Amino acid sequence: MRRHTLTTRLWHWLSLPCLVVLFMSGLNISNAHPWLYWGEWGFAPEHAWIALPRFPEWMTIPGRYSLAQARAWHLLAAWPFALLLLFAWIAMLANRHFARDIATNRRDWRPRAVLADVRAHLRLDFDHAGHARGRYNFLQRLSYGLVLGVVLPGMIATGIAISPGMGPSFGWLVELVGGRQSARSLHFILAWGLFAFFVVHIALVLLTNPWRQLRDMVTGGRRDAA
Amino acid sequence: MRRRGFLAAGFAGFLAGCDRIAQSARGGDLLRAAEGWHKTAQRALNPPGALAPEFTRADISPFFRGNGTINPTNGDYQAHLAAGFADWRLRVTGLVERPLELSLAELRALPQRTQITRHDCVEGWSAIGEWTGPQLAALLDAAGVLPAARFAVFRCADELDGAMYYESVDLVDARHPQTIVAHSLNGAPLPVRNGAPLRMRIERQLGYKHAKYLTGIEMVSSLDGIGGGRGGHWEDRGYQWYAGI
Repeated sequence: MRRHTLTTRLWHWLSLPCLVVLFMSGLNISNAHPWLYWGEWGFAPEHAWIALPRFPEWMTIPGRYSLAQARAWHLLAAWPFALLLLFAWIAMLANRHFARDIATNRRDWRPRAVLADVRAHLRLDFDHAGHARGRYNFLQRLSYGLVLGVVLPGMIATGIAISPGMGPSFGWLVELVGGRQSARSLHFILAWGLFAFFVVHIALVLLTNPWRQLRDMVTGGRRDAA
Repeated sequence: MRRRGFLAAGFAGFLAGCDRIAQSARGGDLLRAAEGWHKTAQRALNPPGALAPEFTRADISPFFRGNGTINPTNGDYQAHLAAGFADWRLRVTGLVERPLELSLAELRALPQRTQITRHDCVEGWSAIGEWTGPQLAALLDAAGVLPAARFAVFRCADELDGAMYYESVDLVDARHPQTIVAHSLNGAPLPVRNGAPLRMRIERQLGYKHAKYLTGIEMVSSLDGIGGGRGGHWEDRGYQWYAGI
């Protein structure tokens, strides 16, 4: 059996450039009005809960300040990103990847089990219970579950809530997150949450036989070889 | 070290690739096409007559920020301002059976719509205000729109970045119940920064669509040859014509 199914690998590598474009064009958009607010309205620094730094040009797409072009990139990349996520969820539920590899059960949440997993991670020991069978450990399941189930769909939901054209039918979504400016704040927070995941994800790949990890994510690898 | 250099080179190559895509004809078309996909999806999910959220007086923001032109200095705007806009006229022209020319008093005498809505700027900020004015649909019906008309072009009195500001919407947004020619904000005549004496309200789109210092509504069959040909001041500078996103 393959360690990563073809659908997982396709989603993973096709989503990567989309997310890079979305994140970097998003930082360019942030530079247009670097203040975030809670609630429905907010237009001046004195209402802001945070004043954001100006993101330098090497962090943005395009590589100079252009709200118009950054929006064009952002609005384009949003489509493949959202459709790929939908595809990933359908595939993951249909082939039981979610139920088998990502969903946690009540036993996983026992404090002692959680603590043991945290301690093992702090020792940089990733070959403890679970991993030896080529399965994801608790913190891995939790982080993948949060990213797939909360952060990525949350990016789409808050993006919809920011769009004035979606107001008529999705006003309930705007209210759910506490207003359009709250949606904008959450969009920004989730984006950086995703970046934090990205950093930890890369770090853990580098700590656990990176070339095998990379090869398996391309070719699929073998589960019993893990 | 070599590995890190390889990654940095790959990243730089990715960014350079993005720029080349944006500058190529087909890449530019693709970037613009996404705007059309959003418009199609938004219109499918939000029925044509569905209203943007409306708020209560308690939700009105303490100030309504002005953006873009906030005090026109070109033409005879300042003279009109000094005269209390007594001679200001709104012209409805183009592909109509009966061109109209309306004073502010005549616009105020028409059936009015008052709506408390949220204004979303493309930069990211929002403000809430109460707008009053006649529906554009009523003006279009009075003028009798000809079948060839596909867009309403909004002509403005202000010059911005060396060009006269203008905007446009299609008939779906022109005839939307919340599309009004506003003469009042929060129960008082429009402040200069917000477009005195008249501005459009296109409630399901971003702020730059809400043309200020309005002098005319021109019904046209095509946006070619108007301004830079992309349907609006900011559209000519690369922004989306469909600004519901």
